[in-house]
Amino acid sequence: MHELPVVKNLVEIVLQHAEMNRAERVVSITLEIGELSDLEDEWMQKYFNFVSRGTVAEEAELVIHRCPVVVQCSECNRRFEVSLEELPPDKCPACSNCEKFNVVKGKEFYIREMKVI
Amino acid sequence: MYEKENEKSIGKNSREEFRLIEVKEDILADNKSEAQNLRNRLKQAGTYLLNLMSSPGSGKTSLILQLVENLQGDLKTGVIEADIDSSVDTERLTGAGIKALQLRTGGLCHIDAVMAARGLEALEAELLDLAIIENIGNLVCPAEFDTGAFKNAVILSVTEGDDKPRKYPLVFSICDLVLINKTDLLDYTDFELPRFKENLFKVNPGVECFEVSARTGQGIQEWSSWIKKEVWDFQQGKAQ
Repeated sequence: MHELPVVKNLVEIVLQHAEMNRAERVVSITLEIGELSDLEDEWMQKYFNFVSRGTVAEEAELVIHRCPVVVQCSECNRRFEVSLEELPPDKCPACSNCEKFNVVKGKEFYIREMKVI
Repeated sequence: MYEKENEKSIGKNSREEFRLIEVKEDILADNKSEAQNLRNRLKQAGTYLLNLMSSPGSGKTSLILQLVENLQGDLKTGVIEADIDSSVDTERLTGAGIKALQLRTGGLCHIDAVMAARGLEALEAELLDLAIIENIGNLVCPAEFDTGAFKNAVILSVTEGDDKPRKYPLVFSICDLVLINKTDLLDYTDFELPRFKENLFKVNPGVECFEVSARTGQGIQEWSSWIKKEVWDFQQGKAQ
Protein backbone atom coordinates (compact mmCIF):
# COMPACT_ATOMS: atom_id res chain seq x y z
CA MET A 1 0.00 0.00 0.00
CA HIS A 2 2.83 2.37 0.73
CA GLU A 3 5.22 1.26 -1.98
CA LEU A 4 5.43 4.72 -3.58
CA PRO A 5 7.11 6.66 -0.74
CA VAL A 6 9.47 3.75 -0.14
CA VAL A 7 10.36 3.57 -3.84
CA LYS A 8 10.99 7.34 -3.96
CA ASN A 9 13.59 6.95 -1.18
CA LEU A 10 15.03 3.92 -2.94
CA VAL A 11 15.50 5.76 -6.25
CA GLU A 12 17.08 8.71 -4.45
CA ILE A 13 19.68 6.50 -2.75
CA VAL A 14 20.34 4.51 -5.94
CA LEU A 15 20.94 7.69 -7.95
CA GLN A 16 23.34 9.03 -5.32
CA HIS A 17 25.39 5.83 -5.47
CA ALA A 18 25.23 5.75 -9.26
CA GLU A 19 26.63 9.27 -9.40
CA MET A 20 29.36 8.59 -6.83
CA ASN A 21 30.44 5.58 -8.86
CA ARG A 22 30.06 7.33 -12.23
CA ALA A 23 27.69 4.66 -13.46
CA GLU A 24 26.20 5.08 -16.91
CA ARG A 25 23.36 2.72 -16.24
CA VAL A 26 21.96 0.76 -13.32
CA VAL A 27 21.17 -2.80 -14.38
CA SER A 28 19.81 -4.28 -11.19
CA ILE A 29 19.34 -3.46 -7.52
CA THR A 30 19.33 -6.08 -4.78
CA LEU A 31 17.04 -5.34 -1.87
CA GLU A 32 16.57 -7.03 1.47
CA ILE A 33 13.04 -6.67 2.73
CA GLY A 34 11.72 -8.24 5.92
CA GLU A 35 8.91 -10.78 5.65
CA LEU A 36 6.82 -8.65 8.00
CA SER A 37 6.76 -5.83 5.49
CA ASP A 38 3.63 -5.52 3.45
CA LEU A 39 5.43 -4.37 0.29
CA GLU A 40 4.46 -6.21 -2.88
CA ASP A 41 7.32 -7.08 -5.23
CA GLU A 42 5.27 -6.45 -8.34
CA TRP A 43 4.14 -3.00 -7.24
CA MET A 44 7.62 -2.10 -6.07
CA GLN A 45 8.88 -2.74 -9.61
CA LYS A 46 5.98 -0.87 -11.23
CA TYR A 47 6.47 2.19 -9.06
CA PHE A 48 10.22 1.94 -9.53
CA ASN A 49 9.82 2.00 -13.32
CA PHE A 50 7.63 5.08 -12.97
CA VAL A 51 9.81 7.01 -10.51
CA SER A 52 13.12 6.18 -12.21
CA ARG A 53 11.98 7.18 -15.69
CA GLY A 54 14.52 9.43 -17.41
CA THR A 55 17.32 8.57 -14.94
CA VAL A 56 20.30 6.20 -15.20
CA ALA A 57 18.30 3.73 -13.13
CA GLU A 58 15.50 3.54 -15.67
CA GLU A 59 14.57 -0.07 -16.38
CA ALA A 60 16.77 -1.49 -13.65
CA GLU A 61 15.52 -4.77 -12.27
CA LEU A 62 14.68 -5.04 -8.59
CA VAL A 63 15.96 -8.27 -7.09
CA ILE A 64 14.08 -8.66 -3.83
CA HIS A 65 15.32 -10.98 -1.10
CA ARG A 66 12.91 -11.57 1.74
CA CYS A 67 14.51 -11.73 5.17
CA PRO A 68 12.85 -14.25 7.46
CA VAL A 69 11.16 -13.30 10.70
CA VAL A 70 13.28 -14.10 13.74
CA VAL A 71 11.77 -14.14 17.22
CA GLN A 72 13.47 -14.36 20.58
CA CYS A 73 12.06 -16.40 23.44
CA SER A 74 11.45 -14.18 26.46
CA GLU A 75 12.47 -16.98 28.83
CA CYS A 76 15.64 -18.58 27.45
CA ASN A 77 16.55 -15.82 24.93
CA ARG A 78 16.98 -18.35 22.15
CA ARG A 79 16.40 -16.89 18.70
CA PHE A 80 14.73 -18.85 15.94
CA GLU A 81 13.21 -18.29 12.52
CA VAL A 82 9.47 -18.56 11.95
CA SER A 83 7.53 -18.45 8.72
CA LEU A 84 4.67 -15.95 8.44
CA GLU A 85 2.19 -18.83 8.69
CA GLU A 86 3.75 -19.96 11.97
CA LEU A 87 3.70 -16.47 13.48
CA PRO A 88 3.15 -16.21 16.37
CA PRO A 89 4.81 -19.51 17.26
CA ASP A 90 3.11 -21.83 19.75
CA LYS A 91 6.06 -22.72 21.92
CA CYS A 92 9.78 -22.07 22.09
CA PRO A 93 11.60 -25.08 20.56
CA ALA A 94 14.34 -24.80 23.21
CA CYS A 95 12.63 -24.32 26.54
CA SER A 96 9.25 -25.52 25.21
CA ASN A 97 7.17 -23.95 27.96
CA CYS A 98 7.54 -20.31 26.97
CA GLU A 99 4.83 -18.69 24.90
CA LYS A 100 6.08 -15.10 24.79
CA PHE A 101 8.38 -13.84 22.07
CA ASN A 102 9.99 -10.62 20.90
CA VAL A 103 10.17 -10.08 17.15
CA VAL A 104 13.82 -9.24 16.52
CA LYS A 105 14.07 -9.51 12.72
CA GLY A 106 11.77 -9.29 9.74
CA LYS A 107 11.32 -5.51 9.44
CA GLU A 108 14.32 -4.82 7.16
CA PHE A 109 14.31 -2.33 4.27
CA TYR A 110 17.85 -2.48 2.95
CA ILE A 111 19.54 -1.90 -0.36
CA ARG A 112 22.27 -4.50 -0.39
CA GLU A 113 24.00 -3.79 -3.69
CA MET A 114 23.50 -2.71 -7.27
CA LYS A 115 24.88 -3.82 -10.57
CA VAL A 116 25.91 -0.96 -12.86
CA ILE A 117 27.63 -0.33 -16.17
CA MET B 1 26.02 -19.54 -36.01
CA TYR B 2 26.62 -15.86 -36.53
CA GLU B 3 23.76 -15.00 -34.17
CA LYS B 4 25.09 -17.28 -31.49
CA GLU B 5 28.52 -15.73 -31.59
CA ASN B 6 27.03 -12.28 -31.50
CA GLU B 7 24.93 -13.08 -28.46
CA LYS B 8 27.90 -14.56 -26.74
CA SER B 9 30.06 -11.56 -27.35
CA ILE B 10 27.36 -9.17 -26.10
CA GLY B 11 27.03 -11.33 -23.00
CA LYS B 12 30.74 -11.39 -22.44
CA ASN B 13 31.17 -7.67 -22.94
CA SER B 14 28.28 -6.88 -20.65
CA ARG B 15 29.65 -9.14 -17.96
CA GLU B 16 33.01 -7.49 -18.18
CA GLU B 17 31.49 -4.06 -17.98
CA PHE B 18 29.24 -4.82 -15.02
CA ARG B 19 30.34 -3.47 -11.72
CA LEU B 20 28.85 -4.46 -8.42
CA ILE B 21 28.44 -1.61 -5.97
CA GLU B 22 27.86 -2.34 -2.31
CA VAL B 23 25.20 0.03 -1.08
CA LYS B 24 24.19 -1.31 2.34
CA GLU B 25 21.78 1.50 3.03
CA ASP B 26 18.49 1.54 4.85
CA ILE B 27 15.74 2.76 2.51
CA LEU B 28 13.95 4.33 5.47
CA ALA B 29 17.11 5.87 6.98
CA ASP B 30 15.94 9.38 6.08
CA ASN B 31 12.70 8.95 7.96
CA LYS B 32 14.45 7.35 10.91
CA SER B 33 16.86 10.26 11.26
CA GLU B 34 14.03 12.79 10.86
CA ALA B 35 12.17 10.93 13.60
CA GLN B 36 15.22 11.05 15.87
CA ASN B 37 15.67 14.78 15.21
CA LEU B 38 12.04 15.36 16.08
CA ARG B 39 12.40 13.35 19.31
CA ASN B 40 15.42 15.46 20.26
CA ARG B 41 13.53 18.69 19.64
CA LEU B 42 10.53 17.44 21.61
CA LYS B 43 12.78 16.43 24.49
CA GLN B 44 14.17 19.97 24.59
CA ALA B 45 10.66 21.38 24.62
CA GLY B 46 9.38 18.86 27.17
CA THR B 47 6.58 17.72 24.87
CA TYR B 48 5.70 14.03 24.98
CA LEU B 49 4.50 12.59 21.66
CA LEU B 50 2.21 9.56 21.49
CA ASN B 51 1.35 7.85 18.21
CA LEU B 52 -2.08 6.22 18.17
CA MET B 53 -2.80 3.57 15.54
CA SER B 54 -5.83 1.41 14.81
CA SER B 55 -8.19 0.28 12.09
CA PRO B 56 -11.01 2.62 11.00
CA GLY B 57 -13.89 2.78 13.43
CA SER B 58 -12.09 1.33 16.44
CA GLY B 59 -12.81 4.46 18.47
CA LYS B 60 -9.61 6.52 18.27
CA THR B 61 -11.32 9.91 18.29
CA SER B 62 -13.84 8.93 20.99
CA LEU B 63 -11.08 7.65 23.25
CA ILE B 64 -9.01 10.78 22.68
CA LEU B 65 -12.02 12.92 23.62
CA GLN B 66 -12.41 10.99 26.87
CA LEU B 67 -8.71 11.04 27.61
CA VAL B 68 -8.17 14.75 27.04
CA GLU B 69 -11.18 15.57 29.16
CA ASN B 70 -9.68 13.46 31.94
CA LEU B 71 -6.28 15.14 31.63
CA GLN B 72 -7.66 18.65 31.85
CA GLY B 73 -5.91 20.67 34.54
CA ASP B 74 -3.01 18.19 34.63
CA LEU B 75 -1.58 18.16 31.13
CA LYS B 76 -1.78 20.64 28.28
CA THR B 77 -2.72 18.37 25.40
CA GLY B 78 -3.03 18.79 21.63
CA VAL B 79 -4.03 16.38 18.88
CA ILE B 80 -2.94 15.91 15.29
CA GLU B 81 -5.70 14.29 13.32
CA ALA B 82 -4.41 12.52 10.25
CA ASP B 83 -6.97 11.63 7.64
CA ILE B 84 -6.76 10.88 3.99
CA ASP B 85 -9.27 13.54 3.11
CA SER B 86 -11.71 14.92 5.66
CA SER B 87 -11.85 16.99 8.80
CA VAL B 88 -14.77 15.42 10.66
CA ASP B 89 -12.54 14.17 13.49
CA THR B 90 -10.96 17.57 14.05
CA GLU B 91 -14.39 19.17 14.13
CA ARG B 92 -15.41 16.73 16.86
CA LEU B 93 -12.35 17.58 18.93
CA THR B 94 -12.32 21.35 18.46
CA GLY B 95 -16.07 21.30 19.11
CA ALA B 96 -15.21 19.89 22.54
CA GLY B 97 -12.66 22.67 23.11
CA ILE B 98 -9.61 20.51 22.40
CA LYS B 99 -6.61 21.93 20.59
CA ALA B 100 -6.50 19.93 17.37
CA LEU B 101 -5.06 20.19 13.91
CA GLN B 102 -6.13 18.41 10.76
CA LEU B 103 -3.41 16.84 8.66
CA ARG B 104 -4.71 15.74 5.30
CA THR B 105 -2.43 13.18 3.76
CA GLY B 106 -4.08 13.35 0.34
CA GLY B 107 -4.23 9.61 -0.20
CA LEU B 108 -1.09 8.63 1.67
CA CYS B 109 -1.76 5.70 3.99
CA HIS B 110 0.45 6.70 6.91
CA ILE B 111 2.18 9.57 8.70
CA ASP B 112 5.94 9.85 8.52
CA ALA B 113 8.27 11.90 10.70
CA VAL B 114 8.40 14.88 8.32
CA MET B 115 4.62 15.16 8.26
CA ALA B 116 4.46 14.75 12.03
CA ALA B 117 7.03 17.52 12.50
CA ARG B 118 5.08 19.83 10.20
CA GLY B 119 1.86 19.13 12.08
CA LEU B 120 3.46 19.65 15.48
CA GLU B 121 4.89 22.98 14.40
CA ALA B 122 1.49 24.20 13.25
CA LEU B 123 -0.02 22.96 16.51
CA GLU B 124 2.65 24.89 18.48
CA ALA B 125 3.42 21.64 20.23
CA GLU B 126 6.37 23.15 22.12
CA LEU B 127 3.80 24.77 24.42
CA LEU B 128 2.16 21.43 25.20
CA ASP B 129 2.92 18.65 27.66
CA LEU B 130 1.37 15.98 25.49
CA ALA B 131 0.79 15.76 21.74
CA ILE B 132 -1.14 12.84 20.29
CA ILE B 133 -1.02 11.76 16.67
CA GLU B 134 -4.19 10.06 15.57
CA ASN B 135 -2.67 8.12 12.69
CA ILE B 136 -4.55 7.03 9.56
CA GLY B 137 -7.04 4.25 10.30
CA ASN B 138 -5.02 1.28 9.08
CA LEU B 139 -3.17 -1.52 10.87
CA VAL B 140 -0.62 -2.05 8.12
CA CYS B 141 1.22 0.99 6.79
CA PRO B 142 1.55 3.23 9.88
CA ALA B 143 3.47 0.40 11.57
CA GLU B 144 6.38 0.75 9.15
CA PHE B 145 7.07 4.46 9.62
CA ASP B 146 8.61 5.99 12.73
CA THR B 147 6.69 9.21 13.47
CA GLY B 148 9.10 10.53 16.07
CA ALA B 149 6.75 9.52 18.89
CA PHE B 150 8.13 8.33 22.23
CA LYS B 151 5.55 5.59 22.51
CA ASN B 152 3.23 3.82 20.09
CA ALA B 153 -0.25 2.72 21.08
CA VAL B 154 -2.70 0.49 19.23
CA ILE B 155 -6.44 0.50 19.79
CA LEU B 156 -8.27 -2.70 19.00
CA SER B 157 -12.03 -2.84 19.43
CA VAL B 158 -13.56 -6.14 20.43
CA THR B 159 -15.77 -6.25 17.33
CA GLU B 160 -12.62 -6.63 15.21
CA GLY B 161 -11.83 -10.07 16.66
CA ASP B 162 -9.21 -11.50 19.01
CA ASP B 163 -7.07 -12.89 16.17
CA LYS B 164 -5.72 -9.52 15.02
CA PRO B 165 -2.20 -9.89 16.49
CA ARG B 166 -1.87 -13.01 14.32
CA LYS B 167 -3.01 -11.14 11.22
CA TYR B 168 -1.09 -7.90 11.78
CA PRO B 169 1.97 -9.00 13.73
CA LEU B 170 4.06 -5.97 12.78
CA VAL B 171 1.87 -3.30 14.35
CA PHE B 172 1.28 -5.39 17.47
CA SER B 173 4.99 -6.15 17.82
CA ILE B 174 6.16 -2.52 17.64
CA CYS B 175 3.64 -0.96 20.04
CA ASP B 176 4.14 -0.16 23.72
CA LEU B 177 0.48 -0.04 24.70
CA VAL B 178 -2.71 -1.74 23.54
CA LEU B 179 -6.15 -0.42 24.39
CA ILE B 180 -8.92 -2.98 24.00
CA ASN B 181 -11.91 -0.77 23.27
CA LYS B 182 -15.69 -1.31 23.21
CA THR B 183 -15.51 -3.78 26.10
CA ASP B 184 -19.19 -2.94 26.74
CA LEU B 185 -19.92 -5.00 23.61
CA LEU B 186 -18.01 -8.09 24.77
CA ASP B 187 -21.18 -10.09 25.42
CA TYR B 188 -22.33 -9.55 21.84
CA THR B 189 -19.14 -10.82 20.22
CA ASP B 190 -16.98 -13.95 20.15
CA PHE B 191 -14.02 -11.92 21.36
CA GLU B 192 -12.20 -13.68 24.17
CA LEU B 193 -9.90 -11.46 26.22
CA PRO B 194 -7.52 -14.26 27.35
CA ARG B 195 -7.17 -15.49 23.77
CA PHE B 196 -6.46 -11.97 22.52
CA LYS B 197 -3.82 -11.40 25.20
CA GLU B 198 -2.22 -14.76 24.45
CA ASN B 199 -1.99 -13.83 20.77
CA LEU B 200 -0.66 -10.39 21.66
CA PHE B 201 2.01 -11.52 24.14
CA LYS B 202 3.28 -14.05 21.62
CA VAL B 203 4.58 -11.19 19.50
CA ASN B 204 5.09 -8.58 22.23
CA PRO B 205 5.52 -9.83 25.78
CA GLY B 206 6.38 -6.47 27.33
CA VAL B 207 3.35 -4.56 26.04
CA GLU B 208 0.97 -2.75 28.43
CA CYS B 209 -2.68 -3.58 27.97
CA PHE B 210 -5.81 -1.74 29.17
CA GLU B 211 -9.45 -2.69 28.73
CA VAL B 212 -11.47 0.42 27.95
CA SER B 213 -14.82 1.59 26.73
CA ALA B 214 -15.22 5.06 25.32
CA ARG B 215 -18.94 4.63 25.77
CA THR B 216 -19.11 3.67 29.45
CA GLY B 217 -15.83 5.30 30.47
CA GLN B 218 -14.38 2.00 31.70
CA GLY B 219 -10.59 2.05 31.93
CA ILE B 220 -10.23 5.71 30.92
CA GLN B 221 -8.98 6.60 34.39
CA GLU B 222 -6.32 3.89 34.18
CA TRP B 223 -5.22 5.03 30.75
CA SER B 224 -5.06 8.66 31.91
CA SER B 225 -2.91 7.68 34.90
CA TRP B 226 -0.57 5.75 32.62
CA ILE B 227 -0.20 8.78 30.33
CA LYS B 228 0.34 11.19 33.21
CA LYS B 229 3.09 9.03 34.64
CA GLU B 230 4.69 8.68 31.20
CA VAL B 231 4.66 12.44 30.60
CA TRP B 232 5.87 13.39 34.08
CA ASP B 233 8.69 10.83 34.00
CA PHE B 234 9.63 12.09 30.56
CA GLN B 235 9.63 15.72 31.66
CA GLN B 236 11.83 14.87 34.63
CA GLY B 237 14.22 13.15 32.24
CA LYS B 238 13.56 9.70 33.63
CA ALA B 239 12.47 8.10 30.38
CA GLN B 240 14.43 7.62 27.15
